[in-house]
Parts: sequence; C-alpha cells; structure tokens
Amino acid sequence: MDHRQVSTGEGLDRRLAVARLMEQCADVMVIAGLGSPGYDLFAAGDRDLNFYLWGAMGGAAAMGLGLALAQPKRAVLVLTGDGEQLMGIGALATIGVQKPKNLTIVVLDNGRYGETGMQRSHTALGVSLTGVAAACGFDWTVDITEERAIGPLAARLKAMQGCGLACIRVKADEVPRALPARDGSHLKNRFRAALGLTTI
Amino acid sequence: MTAWQDQLFDVLKKNRIRQVAYVPDAGHARLIERAGLDPDMRAVVLTTEEEGVALVCGAWLGGDRAVLLMQSSGVGNCVNMFSLLSNCRFPFLALITMRGEWAEFNPWQVPMAKATPSVLESMGIGVYRVSEAKDVADTVQAAAELVFGSDQSAAVLLSQRLIGRKVWTTGK
Repeated sequence: MDHRQVSTGEGLDRRLAVARLMEQCADVMVIAGLGSPGYDLFAAGDRDLNFYLWGAMGGAAAMGLGLALAQPKRAVLVLTGDGEQLMGIGALATIGVQKPKNLTIVVLDNGRYGETGMQRSHTALGVSLTGVAAACGFDWTVDITEERAIGPLAARLKAMQGCGLACIRVKADEVPRALPARDGSHLKNRFRAALGLTTI
Repeated sequence: MTAWQDQLFDVLKKNRIRQVAYVPDAGHARLIERAGLDPDMRAVVLTTEEEGVALVCGAWLGGDRAVLLMQSSGVGNCVNMFSLLSNCRFPFLALITMRGEWAEFNPWQVPMAKATPSVLESMGIGVYRVSEAKDVADTVQAAAELVFGSDQSAAVLLSQRLIGRKVWTTGK
C-alpha cells in the first residue's frame, strides 16, 4: 500500500460517511473522539452504545482498547479525527502489541483541526496514520476515498478478524454541530446498562 | 511471610482485576511479571501513562476491572486525561512507585516526586501512601474497595524507601 498520500482536505461528506457506516453497525460499541466525530456519530442517531468524549484528547483509541479487551466477542469501533489520533499516536503502538481482533479505529481525516479554526494537521503535511498503524503491527489498514468502500469497511469491522485502522478522507468543511449529551457519568451508566452491567 | 510484591498481586487477584496496564518500573517488576503469566489477566504495556488512564476507563465501560501501574514521573504525563475520572466518575486505581525522594541519585526524578501527591489531589484523586512492607496489602485492599465499591479514583504511592535505593554503578 502507498502510505505517502496526504490529506488534501478533499473527500467524502463526513456526515454521509458516518451515517453509511453506522446504518450497518447497529450492535457495534462506539467510542467517539472529541469534536466533529462525536457530532457526526450523534447526527447518525444517538444510541446507548455510543460513548462520546468531550475532552481527554488522545484517549479514544486507548479507551477502545480497554473496552475491546473487556468485551472480546463484540465489535468495538473508535471513531475519531486525525488531530485526536495524532495526539494519541502512541496508543497505536500499544494496540499493535495487543492486537484485539474486535477493535477497529476509523479516522475521519480532513487534515485539519476543525474545532479551532481549520489549522492543518500532520496528515495534511505528509504523515500517514494508516502507515503508522501498519508499522505498529495492525492486522489491516485501509485508506478510503470513495463512498462505496464504506459498506465493505462495516462488514470488515463486524467480522472481528483482526485489529484495523481505516482512514476516511473527508472534506474540510464546516458542518453544523449536532451536540450529544455532555454528562460523562450519564453516558457511562447508559452504556454499561445496555451491556447488562450494574451501575452504582 | 511472602514478599509485599506477591501480596500485592494477591490483592489484585482477590479484587478480580483483569487488565493491568503499565509503564515499567523496577518496583513493579514482580507484579508485571506475574500479571503477564496469569491466564485471567491481561498485562498491557503502554507507551505513555496517559494511555493507561483511558484504557482503565474503557475496560470499566466493558465490565472489566483494571489497574494502572507507573512511577511518579508518569503522573505528570496523565493530567488532562485524569479529567475522564471526575467527568464520568470512572473507578480508577493506580499503584505508583515513587522515585526522587529517598536517597535519589538522579535529580531529574525529584521535581515530579515533589509534585506527585498534589497533582493527583488537584485532579480529584485520593492519595494513600505506603512506606512499610507490612502495610502494602491492607492499604491497596482498602483503596480497591473504595474505588470499586464507591466509583472513586485512588492512587497508592509506594515510597521509594519501601522499594529500596536504585543502585548506580558506573564504568569508572
């Protein structure tokens, strides 16, 4: 695979891409990184098995790892942005060592820090997150630039045949915010309740 | 009398800890080794301690109890990630070996040693210090009960005096 391609700020409509992905992922547990990925996930339909981060930047992938190890028979999706994943880049090495078969990271890559004024991120400046993930030992990686690749991505993550990272190139445009709940304790409790786990 | 390191492992087992996330430290070496050999535990080596904070929270979302092992220098790497704990009230147990306080040879360990208790407390994490081997198991057990019984966050500091001096030799 050619990992030299950079994010140009061109690509899919992010809301459409996430809606297409989630309509095939009804049973999948999702951790969303802060900012636009959380808004995209919420806009695709709120559900108890969505956990939205509003902070803890860089933590989404590691959180997904802990969840995937705890629930090895269910698929876990970390849906995050390029900036958030770059901050947690070490977690890709940690996940590459553990290789949970049920964990997939999907990076919505616009090559920008969208929440702070669309400053260019490393992925617009030559860094490939799929390249990093491959070098860290992920079982599979894929760069997605076309909507027709979303269906196969959903099928692959639900198959739980190996830990993967997909980079979906999305347009660097401003999308109206769709805001999920900000109460982390509520989000935690409803997530656990949906899994049949006790809450305090 | 078993060594405190083995007692510590037994406490983690008794409390059904399944995921053991760590950045290595000599003081945690025995625990890391035993966790890696235990079929009911998953030892997860981290590149930086803040990953462990997020991992412990993810584990709890999925029903696993987890612990984070690190040395005092790692506390500084975690600060913003600690916001997960108070915002979501995740149970959080950290075992922290202290450097930079007792007969320390490396001055670079000292600033974070001095800051560790106040940094933890300022982020809302309860701090419990152990300086004698006889108190290790009881203190960690009490911390675990608090953490998992009351959805709280707690850090047990294992004093450098307990762990022992790091022996420095040079080629000269």
